Amino acid sequence: MANDVVDQGRRRFLTATTAVVGGAGALVAAVPFIKSWQPSARAKNAGAPVLADISKVEPGQRLTIGWRGQPVWIINRTPALLATLKQVDSRLKDPNSENADQQPKYAQNETRSLKDKPEWFVVIGICTHLGCSPDFVPEIKAEPFDPDWKGGFFCPCHKSRYDIAGRVFQGVPAPANLPVPPYKFINDKQIMIGVNPEGAA
Amino acid sequence: MLEFAKFHRTARLALAALALAFAATCGAAEEGGVGAIQAAGVRVDNIASVQRGARLYFNYCSGCHSIKYMSYSRLGEDLHLSEDEVLKNFAFTGAKIGDQVMSNMPEKRAEQWFGKTPPDLSLEARAKSPDWIYSYLKSFYLDPSRPSGWNNTVFPNVSMPNVLWELQGAQHAVFSPAKPGEEPRVEALVPGKGSASAAEFDEAARDLSAFLTYVGEPAALKREAMGAWVVLYLAFFTFLAYLLKHEYWKDVH
Amino acid sequence: MANVFTAIGNWVTERTPGMMPAYRKHMTEYYAPKNFNLWYYFGSLALLVLVNQIVTGIFLTMFYKPGAATAFDSVEYIMRDVEWGWLIRYMHSTGASMFFIVVYIHMFRGLMYGSFKKPRELVWLLGMLIFLALMAEAFMGYVLPWGNMSFWGAKVIISLFGAVPWIGDTLVQWIMGDYNPADATLNRFFALHVVALPLVLLLLVVLHIAALHEVGSNNPDGVDIKKKKDPVTHIPLDGIRFHPYYTVKDLFGVGFFLVICAFVIFFQPTVGGWFLENDNFIPANNLVTPAEIKPVWYFTPFYAILRVIPSKGFGVLVMFASIVVLFLVPWLDRGVVKSVRYRGRGYKIALGIFAVAFVLLGSIGAGKTTEWIPEIFGANADLTFIENLFGRTLTLIYFGFFAFLLFYSRYEKTKPVPERVTTHA
Repeated sequence: MANDVVDQGRRRFLTATTAVVGGAGALVAAVPFIKSWQPSARAKNAGAPVLADISKVEPGQRLTIGWRGQPVWIINRTPALLATLKQVDSRLKDPNSENADQQPKYAQNETRSLKDKPEWFVVIGICTHLGCSPDFVPEIKAEPFDPDWKGGFFCPCHKSRYDIAGRVFQGVPAPANLPVPPYKFINDKQIMIGVNPEGAA
Repeated sequence: MLEFAKFHRTARLALAALALAFAATCGAAEEGGVGAIQAAGVRVDNIASVQRGARLYFNYCSGCHSIKYMSYSRLGEDLHLSEDEVLKNFAFTGAKIGDQVMSNMPEKRAEQWFGKTPPDLSLEARAKSPDWIYSYLKSFYLDPSRPSGWNNTVFPNVSMPNVLWELQGAQHAVFSPAKPGEEPRVEALVPGKGSASAAEFDEAARDLSAFLTYVGEPAALKREAMGAWVVLYLAFFTFLAYLLKHEYWKDVH
Repeated sequence: MANVFTAIGNWVTERTPGMMPAYRKHMTEYYAPKNFNLWYYFGSLALLVLVNQIVTGIFLTMFYKPGAATAFDSVEYIMRDVEWGWLIRYMHSTGASMFFIVVYIHMFRGLMYGSFKKPRELVWLLGMLIFLALMAEAFMGYVLPWGNMSFWGAKVIISLFGAVPWIGDTLVQWIMGDYNPADATLNRFFALHVVALPLVLLLLVVLHIAALHEVGSNNPDGVDIKKKKDPVTHIPLDGIRFHPYYTVKDLFGVGFFLVICAFVIFFQPTVGGWFLENDNFIPANNLVTPAEIKPVWYFTPFYAILRVIPSKGFGVLVMFASIVVLFLVPWLDRGVVKSVRYRGRGYKIALGIFAVAFVLLGSIGAGKTTEWIPEIFGANADLTFIENLFGRTLTLIYFGFFAFLLFYSRYEKTKPVPERVTTHA
């Protein structure tokens, strides 16, 4: 029989080395399986940009269009609605849209939209709390959830509120402003959702 | 160590048998006469060849044949072409970059004109073989008795006309004398004069076949390179495992 | 840190007092003969392949869409659009063929060393049930891609059940759920292939290993190691602990096996049409039969037996008999000596001929006769006649092995079996 004492060290070393090399291999082998859950090429292709026709959207009206499985709202805001934006600044969590994840650079402004067309508001209609789709409440009048309502969005699920530029109010569970997707104007009648304008971030 | 030698002997036999079996089955093309399948020597990792094949495909084939499991965007990625290049050179049907490659030929019309709907070619190279496609493309000959005016020694009485005839030049068949009660058989094909030389057309057929081979299995592009690393790692692991086994088995001997 | 683990371990073992003894019984204190050779790798390899099939199968099920209209497309979706889908698919298809390679070698080992003999008849029977379940599982799995060979293969195999007297046609329709293999057939095969049969296989494998461990493993010399034990410890003198000695040896076997599998998966996943058939890259078409209907290679010997018998009913019967007869081996073989090493020369020759006949039958079932008959007998040879001649002769040889066993084994001249195992040290 072999003498045990001398071999133990070599045995432990070989066992450890084999275990580590084998374990590393097993981890690498797991990667394809985990990655297979990523959106497939088909899902990515289905996420391509969509074209919206805004020629019939009157001031005060909203158009809903699907993009990447989510509702995108295109709202033609009236001058009265745009004027409310400054009035609510003090009641908001992020009035200057400092959270860069929620909009492209060109929408980081008072109206959260492209500067040359401030009345057009393009936003993904999904509450940043837990994902319900908020109601569009554009009328400037007292509401049960806010006696001083200046128009905006109200989420029925957990009562989060946003102003007419999608900025979230203080004192509600939603943590962030409504997300603005990349978008650009093809011409006065068409907006492409999902691409940035040339030369913009 | 004697134990390893014994293992070695049986293992060597088994591996030799396996190797023989592989050799017999893998891509063995036969030499033969008319209608036989010739070895194409298709290399899917030759991207230039696949690119040329793509251009040929979209110029000559995509009018009738779809390759519906392929998307234009995937073509761009694998063939190192930009979205614009893909759309400009390949997408004649107004397709978008994310779309699958469909032909515009309406099915009913195709059946009227050709007698059969031109089949989708996504998996043709896997169903037949790259060598088959190559040989098929080279084996058309003029045949006034057929509705299309063409016949093919690899695929007798095919409904498809010879779309590449201008490149290849029309071939004529030489028939062996007919036995009583039998159709005369094609003995040989006499090449014609086309805009491409024989070598150029041969390359075109190979390129088209390479493209369809790629379309049949896009993963083939990276599968082999990856495999080399996997085999290397596993060989290393096996070696370590052997050392470990040998160490422990010192107890037993 | 180690204290935490020890504490948790103690808490668990306090509440499951049978667990550690069970571990010892089946691993660290399972004494296996020390003379296991190359042929003894294949049981653990079969287990490895089973795990592979289950894991890759689960992931394929996440993307595959059962249904006559969607199945074929979904497989191409997996091959092209799902990230790493092609690899998962090839691991599954290669695993299926490897399963049979491993299992056939594993069974042959049993025949060589008499592992089916008393007291291991039950181990053999459970193994044969696993083989049956495996064949059913593989057949149904092959139908799922709904290629043209899937469809026509399903049609041919299911129509075999039409040979059952009186209820045959009703039975066939009942199995298919339609008048032809169709959407209904595919969906039920999906459920059976993904859920039912894997559960049955797992159960049978557990029972198979449990039955083995009850009586202990055989070995290449067919010596009963329990007959010679250490007088003090009662450990078989020729036994070694399964863990760590065979776990470590099997690990090496696994590595070697995986190298071969990797070669196939990454360099030749179709193996020239043997593992993934060309005709199955064409969608199922109930109007056009493939030029040659043949099953995947692992069914070809049995398919040949079916084909060369001129009557439908009788052909089916004989084909099933060729599998049933394997169940009977422990009782057909009346010899006392287990291992081929010490049996009469007649047994060695018979076993060799049996193996060759099995492979040649496979060649016939695979339709290779259309190639080698003209080569050997000239271009004008009567293919059907010669194929039938060969096929029927080989079928007789196949069954002849079992008949031979029955009559020869009682009277064979054996060599003296040693008392201790022999190793080549």
